[in-house]
Amino acid sequence: MDRMFRTRSRRLAPLVALTAASLLLAAGCSSGSGGKKAEESGAGGTVGKADTPPMTVALVTHQAPGDTFWDIVRKGAEAAAAKDNIRLVYAHNPNAGDQANLVQNAIDQKVDGIAITLAKPDAMKDVVGKATSAGIPVVGLNSGLSDWKKLGLMEFFGQDETVAGEALGKRLNAEGAKKAVCVVQEQGNIGLTQRCDGVRKTFGGTTENLYVNGTDMPSVKSTITAKLKQDPAIDYVVALGAPYALTSVQAVSDAGSKAKIATFDLNKDLTGAISKGTIQFAVDQQPYLQGYLAIDSLWLYKNNGNYSGGGEQPVLTGPAFVDKGNVDTVARFAAKGTR
Amino acid sequence: MSTAGQTGPTATVPPAPGPPAADGPSARRPLVLRLLARPEVGVFLGAAAVFVFFLIAAPSLRSGGSMATVLYQSSTIGLMALPVALLMIGGEFDLSAGVAVVSSALTASMLSYQLTVNVWAGVVVALVLSLAIGAFNGWMMVRTGLPSFLVTLGTFLILQGVNLAVTKLVTDNVATDDISDMDGFGQARRVFASSFDLGGVQVKITVVWWLVFAALATWVLLRTRYGNWVFAVGGDQESARAVGVPVTFTKITLFMTVGFGAWFVGMHELFSFNTVQSGEGVGQELIYIAASVIGGCLLTGGQGSAIGPVFGAFMFGMVNQGIVYAGWNPDWFKAFLGVMLLGATLVNLWVRRTATRR
Repeated sequence: MDRMFRTRSRRLAPLVALTAASLLLAAGCSSGSGGKKAEESGAGGTVGKADTPPMTVALVTHQAPGDTFWDIVRKGAEAAAAKDNIRLVYAHNPNAGDQANLVQNAIDQKVDGIAITLAKPDAMKDVVGKATSAGIPVVGLNSGLSDWKKLGLMEFFGQDETVAGEALGKRLNAEGAKKAVCVVQEQGNIGLTQRCDGVRKTFGGTTENLYVNGTDMPSVKSTITAKLKQDPAIDYVVALGAPYALTSVQAVSDAGSKAKIATFDLNKDLTGAISKGTIQFAVDQQPYLQGYLAIDSLWLYKNNGNYSGGGEQPVLTGPAFVDKGNVDTVARFAAKGTR
Repeated sequence: MSTAGQTGPTATVPPAPGPPAADGPSARRPLVLRLLARPEVGVFLGAAAVFVFFLIAAPSLRSGGSMATVLYQSSTIGLMALPVALLMIGGEFDLSAGVAVVSSALTASMLSYQLTVNVWAGVVVALVLSLAIGAFNGWMMVRTGLPSFLVTLGTFLILQGVNLAVTKLVTDNVATDDISDMDGFGQARRVFASSFDLGGVQVKITVVWWLVFAALATWVLLRTRYGNWVFAVGGDQESARAVGVPVTFTKITLFMTVGFGAWFVGMHELFSFNTVQSGEGVGQELIYIAASVIGGCLLTGGQGSAIGPVFGAFMFGMVNQGIVYAGWNPDWFKAFLGVMLLGATLVNLWVRRTATRR
């Protein structure tokens, strides 16, 4: 009997699935609002293409899979590559040892330039040395502001996380906040901790950190709710990433709290929340710019010998504030997933 | 009836050397000891201990609203821990359960958005897909005789990659688009992600679903023929087959039950957060499995209950939120969580050992 069921079900299952799906679609249950149809077809920023000889550049980051932030960095890098006649090799791994291996892989491919992030500088030291002794120019982006020069990188594009935190702290003072909670979605991430430390440095009120499990949104939501209930004096929630800020909006209303919300980093839903006023402001480090400049700089170096910051100073891409005053101009680009 | 040996010699770990307190001798022992010997009683006491501990340690927990938050957190874990526990009683486990939740949510969201159809269409297609993933896991395992660890590890990796790659291909971003202004969203939200007022406290609907599904699972396990099959295939697959239990059918449907759970939780996440990030869900499978094990389901199969994992999930939710309510130094968060869970499990184990000693 058990075998009989198996053979029958094997023939039936896909059929049932297909009929169900096609019935639903055929029933004309199309949505009257929203959806793909409503999405504006904003033309991409395609410009001319350089006629310089083709070159290959590797971008190796510590991105975890499926993170909206890194997707924007990558889009910036791809835009620069397309314009500069560059073949872009993109690779990423959040594990420092594996990231170093990916850089080695790029060296083996004899690329013309490497752009890397230094989330864990020590792990990247040796492999960066190998690249430079192989005559491959290496630039840094996003993380590693305090280490890029030590490791012998040519230039660096990013945001000083502490400076960004300090800027946010000052803004909180201007908003009249008294007690803030800094929501950290990844325990042990140095950049995130620096942001909260920066806030603490300039903010006149008190602030404390709250760790949440970033891969599980319902858990993020209930943890923030719990914190707001535990301490009703909290009047500002500081999120360190756009999706977590959006979840904070729900947590605040669940907790019946009057706390306002500020965040680091943007995405397209977040710009909507800022224009609606459910989120007050965001500190943007312009990830697109980081990806774009890093790749473009390698092209400039190869074709004209330039390097930004003269090898001495980093090029800061943030902190840029996005609030109700300027959100409309930003939202256009955020909708395309590039801001 | 199929011939024995079709699934290979040891598709599953052989059953534990006989549950210590089976039917016979326990009938003559005092009621208290007999009660304590039940796996769910141990975890109930563990959960109660954690609960009382935090009631004392965290004053802000002592309100209806706070309890609703704890229950909400427990329910999103518990809704998946239930089918995972059933599967474990049936002698298998599923490492793809965490990312399968996200796969389901991504499917529903992208299908409705890209085709601009009523979100219910996406919901139904996601259900079909989730059940198909479960069926694939079960079918693959039964067909090849590979351990479920290996098969579902494969599915876990496949889904992780597909979630990301397909989302990127379809939306050109790594998160889905906001579908909250589309037809049917409000309805679906009422079903999967609303909350209702209970004596001035906002209770999330997932808590109700969680308890309803737990009652249903308990009834199936204890009162139906299918429930017997589940225990039988988890205890000793070959003997079960020999006495006429449809092993293949039972295993495949158990995996499909996990698929159903993944769909349900996926729909909750979608309709409560409007968009889904494709990288989420990784690591959740271990939490579901842990809640089931704490809830008295043996890693070797053949023993467990549906009510045990309810307390297991509650314990997770309680510790998770209790630490925040208590206002402890968050640097220690994960360490606290581990210590409390280990402690609760040890209490659970000790109670059962004491109770089953003759």
